Amino acid sequence: MRLLLLAVGVQLLGGVGAGISRRSRQWSTTLGVGGAVLGALLGLVATAGVLLGAPPQALWLRWDVPFAAFAVEVDALSAFFLLPVLGLSALTAVYGGEYLLADEERRSPGASWFFFNLLIASIVLVLVARNAVLFLVAWEVMALASFFLVTADDEDAAVREAGWTYLVATHLGTACLLVMFVVLGRGADPLDFDRFSGASNAGLVFLLAVVGFGTKAGFVPFHVWLPEAHPAAPSHVSAVMSGVMIKTGIYGLVRVLTMLGPPAPWWGWTLCGIGMVSGVGGVLFALAQHDLKRLLAYHSVENIGIIALGLGLGVLGRSIGAPALAVLGFGGALLHVVNHAIFKGLLFLGAGAVAQATGTRDLDHLGGLLGRMPGTGLAFLVGAIAISGLPPLNGFVSELLIYLGAYHALVARSATTTLPALGVIGALALIGGLAAACFTKAFGVVFLGTARSSHATHASEPGPAMRWPMYGLAAACVLIGLLAPLVVRSLAPVLVVVTQLPSDVVRADVASATAVFARVTIAAIGLLAIAAALAAVRRTLLTSRDVREAGTWDCGYAAPTARMQYTASSFAQPLTRLFDGVLHTERRLVAPHGFFPREAALVTETLDVARERLYAPVFGGIGRVLGSLRWLQHGRVHLYVLYVAATLLVLLLWKLG
Amino acid sequence: MAIASVVHVLLALVCAPLMPGIVIRTKALVAGRIGPPLLQPYFDVLKLLRKSAVYSRTTSGVFRAGPVVGLAALLIATLLVPFGGSAAVLAFPADVVLFAYLLGLARFVTVLAALDTGSSFEGMGASREVTFSALAEPALLLGLAAIACHTSSLSLSPMYAGLGPAAWTQAAAAFAPLAGALLVVFLAENARMPVDDPTTHLELTMIHEVMVLDHSGPDLAFIEYGSALQLWLLGALVVGLVVPVRTGSVWIDGAAAMAGMVALAIVTGLIESSMARLRLLRVPQLLIGASVLSTVALVLMLR
Amino acid sequence: MSTWTDTILVCLVLTGFVLLGSSRLLRHIRIVAAQGVLLALLTLAAHQHALSARVLVLAVTIATLKGAAFPWLLSRVLRTADVRREVEPFVSYNVSLLIGGLTLPVAFWLSARLPLPAPPISSLVVPVAFFTTLLGLFVIVSRRKALTQVLGYLVLENGIYVFGVGLTADVPMVVEFGVLLDVFVAVFVMGIAIFHINREFDHIDADQLAALHDWT
Repeated sequence: MRLLLLAVGVQLLGGVGAGISRRSRQWSTTLGVGGAVLGALLGLVATAGVLLGAPPQALWLRWDVPFAAFAVEVDALSAFFLLPVLGLSALTAVYGGEYLLADEERRSPGASWFFFNLLIASIVLVLVARNAVLFLVAWEVMALASFFLVTADDEDAAVREAGWTYLVATHLGTACLLVMFVVLGRGADPLDFDRFSGASNAGLVFLLAVVGFGTKAGFVPFHVWLPEAHPAAPSHVSAVMSGVMIKTGIYGLVRVLTMLGPPAPWWGWTLCGIGMVSGVGGVLFALAQHDLKRLLAYHSVENIGIIALGLGLGVLGRSIGAPALAVLGFGGALLHVVNHAIFKGLLFLGAGAVAQATGTRDLDHLGGLLGRMPGTGLAFLVGAIAISGLPPLNGFVSELLIYLGAYHALVARSATTTLPALGVIGALALIGGLAAACFTKAFGVVFLGTARSSHATHASEPGPAMRWPMYGLAAACVLIGLLAPLVVRSLAPVLVVVTQLPSDVVRADVASATAVFARVTIAAIGLLAIAAALAAVRRTLLTSRDVREAGTWDCGYAAPTARMQYTASSFAQPLTRLFDGVLHTERRLVAPHGFFPREAALVTETLDVARERLYAPVFGGIGRVLGSLRWLQHGRVHLYVLYVAATLLVLLLWKLG
Repeated sequence: MAIASVVHVLLALVCAPLMPGIVIRTKALVAGRIGPPLLQPYFDVLKLLRKSAVYSRTTSGVFRAGPVVGLAALLIATLLVPFGGSAAVLAFPADVVLFAYLLGLARFVTVLAALDTGSSFEGMGASREVTFSALAEPALLLGLAAIACHTSSLSLSPMYAGLGPAAWTQAAAAFAPLAGALLVVFLAENARMPVDDPTTHLELTMIHEVMVLDHSGPDLAFIEYGSALQLWLLGALVVGLVVPVRTGSVWIDGAAAMAGMVALAIVTGLIESSMARLRLLRVPQLLIGASVLSTVALVLMLR
Repeated sequence: MSTWTDTILVCLVLTGFVLLGSSRLLRHIRIVAAQGVLLALLTLAAHQHALSARVLVLAVTIATLKGAAFPWLLSRVLRTADVRREVEPFVSYNVSLLIGGLTLPVAFWLSARLPLPAPPISSLVVPVAFFTTLLGLFVIVSRRKALTQVLGYLVLENGIYVFGVGLTADVPMVVEFGVLLDVFVAVFVMGIAIFHINREFDHIDADQLAALHDWT
């Protein structure tokens, strides 16, 4: 435990050091990166033991704030979430060092490193806090640190807008959490987590948790801040925010579920419903985007949806007393948390490398980058296959666990589970197909073909400090995919905490899942072996023959240009048109006229439907109502003092009268 | 792992190109021509393997990896599909999902290879391919979930082993829509009428064929063989359902399934001869219809 | 519980989906006719162990009314009115199909919670009746043409008839009354509806004439 706190201290020290040494860019980068990496390594050493089955470590110190105590604990669940946080933060810090230095015009990276390290430290604290006040303080520090990171480029109006959206959303979420802890605590002092058990109005607490934590996690319709904030932040920060920060929402939800006793079936239905809407909605909106980082941000909504599907099945399993379903559902969800951290981190880092090398994130201006940035391209390809959930990589492993849960739920033929299971299978299948469509689009348009603009023709590979973190994450995708049985087996301790089932029951169910993944691994290794063999066959066949190069077949057209390639928008058009009832894509067309048209243009833009149709009217209405009170604000100080005095008087009268 | 399972894998590997041969022959006969020999697809593959290759200057390693990974994924998928009621080589709970996702992987790399050429025609084909397959996926997985429900097993092999005549007499009402849904998936995923016209010569209207325009030599041989294999595998799922011969004798069951495959190829040829390709805008409706049929079957099984 | 009853009921569901997915008015009419024939068969199948003259007469009446007379009337209207033969839905065919696909599980779920005095002849009866009724309502709501509204009404009616046949083991007066009411209401509504159709067609024709006038 002390080692973990030491790690947090090292991170904070590094951050403060980086913040103070504003003079030297190099120096503050070294301190910032060093603090983050060293802290992460210390933290990994501290948590590894608990993950491998050591008993939980706890620490309780008095804290003279009402309801507060410095109560921290690392149990299997905390350790499980700490693992991706620490791993990804170390890798992204290394990447960020080069990424921030490469941009000479930027202000000193000191402030950025201060907030980065503060963000990581506060995430760690959120994951180990066992007191409501401590948790909320850490939660708030996390929100503010990430707010300052998002608004790093605050001279850009869009970035300021994104920052405000984020700030409002996260505070509305935190307000729900505040109420939730008060309801959970029922006046206990201090508000330690181990005093919360068997809440009387568990349903209310669950709903508050879904809204509060769901805002951070990005459940539809609370996701609106996510596609704004993630593209605005620097790429290594996007990777941390999308990869691990939003997972604190999932962590909080799972942690609260362990405090609430046996769940009601409607909780599971709610989570499954949210999962379906978030999953399908997220991937559809991702398909319609032109901005690479915005596309990835919407995919985070999609993956949070998949996680929610798993959680929903797990909750259903607990509520009807089906241990296999609980284990598979929660197992799939938790593993997907880690997997998503890995491949989404990788994809954001790749997107950052592309954006830095080309100066644009617009898909339709890119193309043909694989030749100029082979390392980044291959790493991005691995991430794209993984996030599409295709074998033999890690995305498939967690999705298969959730599928297994859904098939179990169907075959169990309980009236409570059949409809959600039907929905989960249908939604996962649709999400899989659409995600594959989206990432063939993203990878194909960015890295394949030829450059669509001068941005892409002058790109070059980033330095080793930016490339190796990507390689590391890509290797993790492959390893988790190929070592699936080991990975699934190692879920057992955390599943014991989450499902609150006896250890031997969980282990038996995990063992049967492990047997499945042993076969999957055989198939995966077979796949790689056969592919290698086929490549060898082709090479031997072609060695003695005259292999030529020619232009792409152009159907007899004499002068094809790079601008005639299929664009990202046209690639996605059949699907976006099919789902236009959801997307409401706006089209502005300047049609060509005559035989030699001077101009023609087509602009499509897909705005977030929840933002436009739900929040804009509500907040607009609130703004109008409050605007009518504006006469109170006139700038005369003595009248303000009068307000204060009048309020005090009224309060006194009310209290004493 | 019984010997029959291995033999069935070999049967798939050897006989797969026969399926498109029969389809082409049927179409020719219906049109009043004699048509190419039944073994023409074999000759094509062998001819292509003996040829050299031409690569576009635009392409990268992804273009060359496409056919190789695609065929490898389909070969592994062959190990998962039961034939004639006997178990597949690899059988485990939810192997259905691995099967569907291996097909997805094959499609993913084919689409990327198409985009690698930078040709707008191939981009167009790729775009249609991902659209239609995304819609076909739920139909396949929900349909197979219906069989899983009926037989209370999660793996393809016991699922199909349990589909005897008794199953049909019990729940014919549910199996009929299911067979319809699987047939639509079979036609759509294999780029057959009424979704795609495999014999068109106009790039603008093609889906699968246009994606592989730039492949040549051994690469094209891999792709041709791979698509024959995919025809066989999805066909085996349809035939396993509609030919409920489960006597227990490997020979009789295998022969019945083989006859079913031939019949399926002939039916495909007849469908192709008698139907026009749907407008592209109407294809999603067909596929959503298939998903709905699967849902109907599943709901009926669950009752 | 018999396979025949189940098969007929499933066919009824499938015709419903075809109705949602097809774009031609004439096909709509044929589908509703097919549903009528299916209902007649259902009447026979429901009483296959105790076929009596009454049942036979009932089935024949249903078949002639719903399977032949109404469709013939409607297609005659369609021919004489000379209107565009497209359905022109408010809700697209894809979405309609999806909504249909969602309605079916909901119908099953609803029927599982419905307390019944006596077990129906097949466990499919109540859900299919629910589904067909909801489908009829949906067609009325989501389609533009007056003719499709009549068709929607007929489908809704079919659902109610399924309910009646499936729940009553021996053909009591209720069902026969139901059929009588059927005929009465149907003729009544048809009268009104066709009057509306004529009005709507007049209206459309007038519009088209005005458009022509603009162009010349």
